[in-house]
Amino acid sequence: MTDGTMTAAQLGFYGCLICHRVTECTTGDITARCSRCGALLHRRKPNSISRTWALLLTGYMLYIPANVLPVMHTGSLFTSQSDTIMSGIVYLWTSGSWYLAGIVFIASIFVPAAKLAILTFLVISVQRRSTWGRLDRTKMYRVVEFIGRWSMLDIFVVTILVALVRLQSLATISVGLGAVAFGTVVVLTMFASMQFDPRLIWDLQAEERSLQGNNDGHS
Amino acid sequence: MDISDLIACHDCDCLQRRVPLPLGGAARCSRCDALLYRSCRGGTQKTLAYTVAALFLFLIANIYPIAGIEVQGNRQVASLYDAVSLLWEEGHPEVAVLVGLTTMITPIIQIGLVLFLLVPLHFNHLIQGVVPVLRILETVRPWSMMEVFFLGVLVSLFKLEQLARVEMGIALWAFAAMIPLLVAGAMTFEPDEIWEQVSSLS
Repeated sequence: MTDGTMTAAQLGFYGCLICHRVTECTTGDITARCSRCGALLHRRKPNSISRTWALLLTGYMLYIPANVLPVMHTGSLFTSQSDTIMSGIVYLWTSGSWYLAGIVFIASIFVPAAKLAILTFLVISVQRRSTWGRLDRTKMYRVVEFIGRWSMLDIFVVTILVALVRLQSLATISVGLGAVAFGTVVVLTMFASMQFDPRLIWDLQAEERSLQGNNDGHS
Repeated sequence: MDISDLIACHDCDCLQRRVPLPLGGAARCSRCDALLYRSCRGGTQKTLAYTVAALFLFLIANIYPIAGIEVQGNRQVASLYDAVSLLWEEGHPEVAVLVGLTTMITPIIQIGLVLFLLVPLHFNHLIQGVVPVLRILETVRPWSMMEVFFLGVLVSLFKLEQLARVEMGIALWAFAAMIPLLVAGAMTFEPDEIWEQVSSLS
């Protein structure tokens, strides 16, 4: 071994993802439980790749209505208007609130798109057994986990607008179907990043090593 | 070597030996730099203090109105509960559930369970249900979105300011004060120390 690292799985140990205790496991995935907290143990998250794909693809499908359908309807005595996420940002931009437009753009357009793109890239790279930039890919995964929640911003904005501008003679605001789709995308991508197992990024390296180890033993 | 001296990195499964940390130190994975565990200076005490304060602010944030607008003499105020129940009544129960879960239910579960865990621990007493409590805390953590909600309120108030006179409610100030406390509470809360106490007892 070049840098002296061994994975728990190579030695028949399962690390608990809840309490981080290492348990020796001989029976296999089905009955393994953590010796300290009793959580179900798996060598890797079960069906991680296919579950992540399923959630991602559903996310992609809903990403379209989330951006095309209005998230908010504004009606007043004389006019009515429907706003998509993008038109809301354009409105903020043209009315001079550039920094606000920037915040909403990052949270509502950039973050969801980046999440879908990065997770897709990670899943494909694991499927193709890529050895490129393991550390970088692990860090990308951590970024996805960290930024995911911020895309809920627009849902909260609509919630407060609806609550404050109700029963007014001036205007009424109601939630559009786009907001439902958008909220679902956020939840789906959060579940997708939970289902993805970053340990898969490193697994190929471990397999190569153990193969090398076996060959050395035979020669 | 004792198996309890080992720790497997949750991000890359690299098996490493646990080492005792100096106060305020953090152990990181030697291969992928993931944070494995920390040693917090006076961790439990501080978390307890932050969380008790956050509980009071949370109650204020939920009882009082977040903001109000005034148009042509008509005044309209809304609390967090008003906002969620209005979404429900308007025929969007799924959005109402999402907002309610991320801003009311998950945060109160977090605050409540941390207190349930740390108050007895403060008096050197480890409660029975510590294992499920820590597991629930770990599960709900990503779904608490107080700080995102706060930013959302600010954005919506900026938007409304162009149409009407906006007044900030008491709950908004409570939110503003609570978020740093929740962050500080999370930063000083180290489940690993409690898990170690659990295994030393059993």
